[in-house]
Amino acid sequence: MTTKIDARGLSCPQPVLMTLGEIKAGGSGEIEVLVDTDTAKENISRAAVSQGWKAADVAEEGDGYRITIRKG
Amino acid sequence: MKIQNILATRWGIIGVGAFIGILAPLLQKLGNPGNMGICVACFERDIAGALGLHRAGVVQYIRPEIIGLVLGSLIAAYLFKEFRPRLGSAPIVRFVLGAFAMIGALVFLGCPWRAALRLAGGDGNAILGILGLVFGVWIGTLFLKKGYNLGRTQTTHTAAGWMMPLMMLGLLALIIIFPQIEGQDKNGVLFYSLKGPGVMHAPLLISLGVGLAVGFLAQRSRFCTMGAIRDVLLFRQTHLLSGVIALIGAAFITNLILGQFHPGFAGQPVAHTMHIWNFAGMGLAGLAFALAGGCPGRQLFLSGEGDGDAAVFVLGMIVGAGFAHNFGLASSPGGVGPYGIPAVIVGIAVCLFIGFAMRKRSAV
Repeated sequence: MTTKIDARGLSCPQPVLMTLGEIKAGGSGEIEVLVDTDTAKENISRAAVSQGWKAADVAEEGDGYRITIRKG
Repeated sequence: MKIQNILATRWGIIGVGAFIGILAPLLQKLGNPGNMGICVACFERDIAGALGLHRAGVVQYIRPEIIGLVLGSLIAAYLFKEFRPRLGSAPIVRFVLGAFAMIGALVFLGCPWRAALRLAGGDGNAILGILGLVFGVWIGTLFLKKGYNLGRTQTTHTAAGWMMPLMMLGLLALIIIFPQIEGQDKNGVLFYSLKGPGVMHAPLLISLGVGLAVGFLAQRSRFCTMGAIRDVLLFRQTHLLSGVIALIGAAFITNLILGQFHPGFAGQPVAHTMHIWNFAGMGLAGLAFALAGGCPGRQLFLSGEGDGDAAVFVLGMIVGAGFAHNFGLASSPGGVGPYGIPAVIVGIAVCLFIGFAMRKRSAV
């Protein structure tokens, strides 16, 4: 099952904190994160990689991005 | 899009840090005050003085670097389609944080950028400031872990995102309309210094050009001195830190080459040796930056890419500089100002209140 996080409108470091919190909760092997800045997009991908996950897909959605990260 | 990828990489941020580290001491060589090639807090304070928001005669000058930092970021944001007008994440709180960040920075005499440049110039007092900065940011990360959050921004009108860049263009127009006249402390609406740091500056076009270049690159690389410390403490990530270390290293080497490295504690340019208050002033600033999500430079870059909340933080800093000098809160080379110590204590109390009071388990 995919966990979803809506981090749109949140500034640094909230999107990363939410994503890492979800990764550590260990609920699922796939997380979808919605963000609305390029900085948050890069930070999420970097944080995922640091946890041994990988950014499987980054798609533009509305004014922002939908990032799918998966356990590596 | 390729440039974006390069600058957001580890080597990208190192390159940007080194670039700033080389240019800042060069600005000093060309006229800027000692160890103050680029200091966001000092330069915003000088702008406050030039506008008459405070009347400390030695620090009055519209610093073109600040204008460049915002406009450089604006240009980068437009070129790479990252200009996103947004606001609404507790702007009044950001204003207060900006004001106290400035007050803390002026007790130390510099923002994190200048703390790095002071260290690279041999000023030992910077060590106390940087330790204080780390301590303040660490307190901020404790709040972040407990759910501290200023809430979400909302997308807004493009014109709203343009407010800070337009203000910077307005300042640029003022310098052109009312340039400094030799030997006079005022021209039209602008105040100028006749002595002190406010009279020391690189040529306008060079200052503006460096500001534009740094603003452009920093927007692309997300360079942030507070984030550098925060990410290590919070996530064990050294990405941003590598940029700051590159800045210090490059500035150190550039200072050595230019003969600007003078190790010691006493007699350093625009600095004092009251260790506790160097530590505490920067501690307050670090906490305020951490609660606001960015160092003063980063707030300028965010303002340039349309972030109205960051713009309010910048205005808070400029108004805070007015208070700092009008109320005798700012330090001088002689030591802390008459009311600097109580101001730091009040500032820490206000920041702690904000940190404790504004928590949400999940942001709505």
